[in-house]
Amino acid sequence: MSLEIILSILENNWPSYLRGAYMTLLIAVISTIIGALIGLFIGVMHTIPLRKKSIKSVILKLINFILTVYVEIFRGTPMIVQAMIVYYGLYAYGIEMDRFVAAIVVVGLNTGAYMAEYVRGGIVSIDKGQYEAASAIGMGHFQTMVHVILPQVFRNILPATGNQLIMNIKDSAVLSVISVTELFFTTKSIAGANFRFAESFLITCIIYLIMTFIATRILRVVEKKMDGQDAYQVQVKKEEPIL
Amino acid sequence: MMEKVIDIKHLNKSFGSHEVLRDVNFTVNKGEVVCLIGSSGSGKSTLLRCINLLETPSGGEIIYNGENILDDKHDIKQYRTHLGMVFQQFNLFNNHNVLKNCVIGQQKVLKRSKEEAKQNALKYLKIVGMDQYVNAKPRQLSGGQKQRVAIARALAMDPEVMLFDEPTSALDPEMVGEVLKVMRQLADEGHTMLIVTHEMEFAREVSDRVVFMDKGVIVEEGSPEQVLHNPTKERTKEFLKRTLKE
Repeated sequence: MSLEIILSILENNWPSYLRGAYMTLLIAVISTIIGALIGLFIGVMHTIPLRKKSIKSVILKLINFILTVYVEIFRGTPMIVQAMIVYYGLYAYGIEMDRFVAAIVVVGLNTGAYMAEYVRGGIVSIDKGQYEAASAIGMGHFQTMVHVILPQVFRNILPATGNQLIMNIKDSAVLSVISVTELFFTTKSIAGANFRFAESFLITCIIYLIMTFIATRILRVVEKKMDGQDAYQVQVKKEEPIL
Repeated sequence: MMEKVIDIKHLNKSFGSHEVLRDVNFTVNKGEVVCLIGSSGSGKSTLLRCINLLETPSGGEIIYNGENILDDKHDIKQYRTHLGMVFQQFNLFNNHNVLKNCVIGQQKVLKRSKEEAKQNALKYLKIVGMDQYVNAKPRQLSGGQKQRVAIARALAMDPEVMLFDEPTSALDPEMVGEVLKVMRQLADEGHTMLIVTHEMEFAREVSDRVVFMDKGVIVEEGSPEQVLHNPTKERTKEFLKRTLKE
């Protein structure tokens, strides 16, 4: 393994690497967003207070049961297997899904299953007093969620979402089994052509590291931003009658 | 003839098999300041929380301006806007700054315009002396400051009755004074107030009526002089002896 070889591989293949990295990043970001939305939906559905014996509560229970089944299945099976079943399974029924779309569906559903628990935990951990204060000024459950609880939940689940994004950047490599041209699949083709496996994958390794590192940094900045400033501005009284 | 705002009849509340309130009958008249006293676990906080339905009563009636709000048909959200609630733990919305805390209910529940809500919020923040802190987040404030904002938040809804659930119990001793001062001012301005408190001196000063509760029942009620200085019931005497000794 020499630096010379690595540089020459890079020189000959950099557009492919770049395209692969771009695909990986695109899949990871889109599916994390989709997963977060699914998780948010499930988390909110699971925490709607049930009033006894109404048709609504029966429907809600049924929906929640289905959602729980989904979470268990996707959390309890390997993503690589899910990818095979979704892609080739549908293919067997004559539905030829675009590989990129299949990738996003699999990673997104997977992420959603994990995020559902984070969101539920985030909602449950909010102090009961926040709900009571909102009820006491006449807010309904939906208003309380939108204006008081969820903004706090977003902040609390941000680190977990970041974690999920980083996992998705890495784990999207398993999508090579359905020939999605992400970074890992691209590298395999490159290495298959030049027979320099170690060097080709070393470059890939570094690209993954750069992507996850940057993602981590960006998330830190977002967290800081959401927390706002540590200090607040005291309003100096301009003598101006308020009413 | 005094105008009854809240009239409670035969109110019961149990948590499982544990009876917290037993056949409580009690009224609050317009413009009146009523203090609920009693030892911990006597049911006074539960009574207050039943009044704005944070706890669902197990039985009885709560008549607000002539209507029983425990009827199934009654609009609870609408009813709650007429009651301002101040909690022991403040419960300011952590994600909003001071001004937004006082504005959000007016905008989202009362559907007031942004400008109207803001002016109204500022008016009350000024009364509680927190108008300089409109941009601060709750975590940046002291306990006393938080509680004053919480009072402004409740007042900004222009409620008919203010409910206080041990508003000074979670405060450091040096901050109790600033909150009581605000409450005293509100009492002087003629607000209808129902206060659960352990501050006997304060109860004596501001209340028109003092209600002593023990083990889920109202034992004695009357003017502060009557209940705090010349109690007739044995349980009241015992309680006062215990608390005044401290």
